[in-house]
Amino acid sequence: MTQAKHVPGAGSSAALASERARKEMLRDARIERRGGPRPRIGADALCEALLLQGSTSIWGYPGGVILPLYDVLVDHPGLRHILVRHEQAAAHAADGYARASGKVGVCLGTSGPGATNLVTGIGTSMLDSVPVVAITGNVPGVLLGKDAFQEIDITGITLPMTKHNYLVRSADEIPHVIAEAFHIARSGRPGPVHVDITKDALMGETSAPHPTQEEVEAGLPGYRPKMDGNARQIKLLADAIAAAKRPLILAGHGVLIAHGERELLELARQAQIPIAWTLLGIGVVDESDPLAYGYMGMHGWKHVNRAIQSSDLLIGIGMRYDDRVTGNVRTFAPSAKIVHIDIDPAEIGKNVVADIPIVGDAKRVLEALLPMTERVDPAARATYFTELATWRKESESSAWHGSGGWRDGVLSADFVVERIAAGSGYDANLTADVGQNQMWVARYGGFKRANSHLSSGGLGTMGFALPAAMGAAIGTPEKTSWAIAGDGGFQMTLQELATIVQERIPVKIALMDNKKLGMIRQWQEIVYAGNYHSEQLAGPDYLKLCEAYGLPAWKVAKPEEVDAAVAGALAVDGPALIWFEIAERQNVYPMMPAGKGLSDLIDKWGDDGEDVTEGASGPRLDPTDPNAPKGGAE
Amino acid sequence: MSGAPNSAAGAAPARALPGSGDERRHLIVAIVNNRPGVLNRVASLMRARNFNIESLAVSATERSDTSRMTLTIVGDEVHVEQATKQLYKLIDVLKVQDVTDEAIVEHELALIKVRVTGKSRPEVVSIAEMHRGRVVDLSDDAVIVEIVGEPSEVDRVVELLREFGIKELVRTGSVVMSRGSGSIEEQVKR
Repeated sequence: MTQAKHVPGAGSSAALASERARKEMLRDARIERRGGPRPRIGADALCEALLLQGSTSIWGYPGGVILPLYDVLVDHPGLRHILVRHEQAAAHAADGYARASGKVGVCLGTSGPGATNLVTGIGTSMLDSVPVVAITGNVPGVLLGKDAFQEIDITGITLPMTKHNYLVRSADEIPHVIAEAFHIARSGRPGPVHVDITKDALMGETSAPHPTQEEVEAGLPGYRPKMDGNARQIKLLADAIAAAKRPLILAGHGVLIAHGERELLELARQAQIPIAWTLLGIGVVDESDPLAYGYMGMHGWKHVNRAIQSSDLLIGIGMRYDDRVTGNVRTFAPSAKIVHIDIDPAEIGKNVVADIPIVGDAKRVLEALLPMTERVDPAARATYFTELATWRKESESSAWHGSGGWRDGVLSADFVVERIAAGSGYDANLTADVGQNQMWVARYGGFKRANSHLSSGGLGTMGFALPAAMGAAIGTPEKTSWAIAGDGGFQMTLQELATIVQERIPVKIALMDNKKLGMIRQWQEIVYAGNYHSEQLAGPDYLKLCEAYGLPAWKVAKPEEVDAAVAGALAVDGPALIWFEIAERQNVYPMMPAGKGLSDLIDKWGDDGEDVTEGASGPRLDPTDPNAPKGGAE
Repeated sequence: MSGAPNSAAGAAPARALPGSGDERRHLIVAIVNNRPGVLNRVASLMRARNFNIESLAVSATERSDTSRMTLTIVGDEVHVEQATKQLYKLIDVLKVQDVTDEAIVEHELALIKVRVTGKSRPEVVSIAEMHRGRVVDLSDDAVIVEIVGEPSEVDRVVELLREFGIKELVRTGSVVMSRGSGSIEEQVKR
C-alpha cells in the first residue's frame, strides 16, 4: 500500500479515519434521492427527542455540518422550522418564545460562525434565567481540533454562559443528552443549555431509546435543585413580618418562573404588604391592584425607591439584589432587615448580606409561609399607607411624568407606550429593546398579566425586541405581540423583517425613533457634562424600508395620530410597523447615576431647557445629502 | 431623602458589604464526575467569578466515575462560601466541602533537584532525611530530593536547600483527607 507522505501519521487508523471524514464533509450531503425506508439516524433521534419534550418550533439557520438534520426535518412534520436571517435572532426568538409561553425555546445553528452568532442570544438567556436549548452542528468527530472549515471550539465559548453544555460525538448519546438538556434548562433556576453535535453523530445510525424522566434525573446526581425552603427560616420570616411596621415585598423574575403570582398576592393581602417589582418582575401583580406599588431601581419610580429606603423589612423574592436595584449597597435600605428568597443558593450573600436567607422555589416558600403569616388589619398600617400614597402622588405629579402626549410640540415616548398598552387592552406581550425605550416600557406599560413583559434585563442586549417578539408571537399565538424598539436597537436586527413577512409572524413593531442613541445621549448630557459623541443616529426612511419588505406601516409624529395608527396596526392580519417620530431629547427620569444610592435620584426636568425637545427634524440617511451627519459632537 | 422617618440625618450605619472579613487560606474538596472537560469547567468558573486558585490537585477516586479535586483559595469566609456555592452549581460537581477548619490530614509532595558537589552531597542527603524526605535520584552534580508533608514542612525544606542551589522544583499542591472514619466521597448522594 502506498502511503501519501503529506498525510501526517499516514497509514495510522486515526489518519485514515480523518481522511474519510474529510471526504465525507466535502461530499454533497445528499447524493441520490431517498427511496423507500431508510435507517434511523442521529438527526432523527434529535427530532424525536425535541417532539417528546413538547417542542413544536425550532428557530434556525442551515449550514454545512447541520444539513443532515435538514435532510430529515421533512420526516418529522410536528416540528416547524422557522428560518431566520441571522442566528442571533434565532437565539432571541427562542428566548422570547420561552419567556412568553413558559416552555423551553429551541434554536439551531451550524458550526463556526453559525454557532458564534448564537452566543449573544445564549448570554441573554443566561443572565435572565430563560430556558432555552441551543443546538449547533460541529465538524465530524475525527476532525475536531484540526481547525477544519467552520470549526470553532464553541463548547469552550459557551461554557461560562450556559447552565450546562454538551459535545455529542455519537448518535447513540443524542436521546439522553437532549432529554437531560431540557430537564436542566427548565428546572431549578432555568437557563440555556447548549448541545453541540458532530456531523457524524447526526448521520450515524442509532437505535438508542429515549430515556424516561426518572432515568434522566437518576443520571444527574450532581443536580438536585432545592425546592422547599427551610421551615425554621420561613418561621423567622413570618415573625419578622408580624413585627414589621414598614414591610415591602421586592418581587422578581423568580416569582413568575415559579408561577407564584397568586401566592404572592395572597401574602400581600393577608399581611398588608405593598409589592414593588424589579425589571424582570414586571407582571407579577396587576399594576392596578391597590397593593401594587411600582417598579424599583435605577429608573424606577421615586416613590418606590423612597419606600425601599424607609422600609424596616424588605422581602426579596426571586430577585438578586443586583446593582440596578440597589445602587450603592452601602446606602441601600439602611434601616431594613433584608430577607432573600431565591432558588439559587449562590445568589444569597452575593450582592447583599441577607438577615433571613431562604433557599427555595418562590411558590413553595410562599405556600409554606402563608399559613404561618398572621392576618393584618389594613387599619394597622394606616400611617404607612398614607405616607406611601402621598409619595406616589408626588412622584406621579412630577414634571417629568404625565405631561400628556406633547413634549414641547413633539410626541413624547411615555405617551406612546401608554397608548400602545391601552390600545391592546393591557393584554399584549410588550417586548422592549434596550435603552430609554426599555425604561419607558417598564414604567408606562401598565402591565396586568404575568409574562406579558419581555425585556433583556441582565445582559441588556440591543436588537432583542424584534426577534424576541417573533418568539413571543409563536409561543402565545392567542396574544398580540408588540416589539417596542428604539431606532438604535431596531437597526441591529431589522433584517428579521423578512422573516416575519415570509413566515407571516404577526408581530406589531413600534419603532420609537428619536434619531439618537437616546440613553447614550442622556448619560452624555447628565454624567459626561454634555460632551456628546456618537449619539446621533441616522436611519433610513422606514416607510420605504417597510414597503421594500412588503410590510404595512404607519408614520406618526403627533399625539392625536397615535391611537388610530395603533388600531390600524392591530387590525392588520399579520405583521405591521408604526414609525413613531418621538421627541429627540426626552430623558428618562428619575435616574440614579451609577455608584450612587437609591436616595440620590436625579429627577429634574427641563430646568435650563437642555433636556426638552426640538422639532422632529433629525438626520436621515440620504446618500445625496452632503450635510448628512457623520457622528461626532452635536 | 426627606420624609423617610427611619433614615433621617443619615444616622443609619452603612450596610455591610458581603465579604469584608479576614482573608485566609481555605481548603476545598470537590467530588466531580470523571468526564472530559470537567477540570475546564471548574477552572473557567473560578476565573470568571474572580476567585484565584492557589493550588489545584486532581486525581482518581475509589470509583472510576468520579474524580476528586483539592483546591486552595485565599479569601474571607463569604468569598470562599460564594466560590463553593458557584462550584455546586456545576452539573458535574457532586459534592463540595470547605474542610479548612476540620480535622484533616493535609499533604503535598515536592521534587527538588539540588546542585551538589562531592562535599555538599552528604549535607543535602541528611537535610532530606531529617524531614522524612528521601533521595530518589543521584548524579555527579545533582540529587533529586522527594519530600512529602504539610506545605509548611515542604516550604522549610525548600528554604534549607536553597543555599545549595535549586535547579528545579515541582510541587503537587495539597491533597487532604478528613481524619477518623468520615468520608466526603460517601456523602455524595447518588
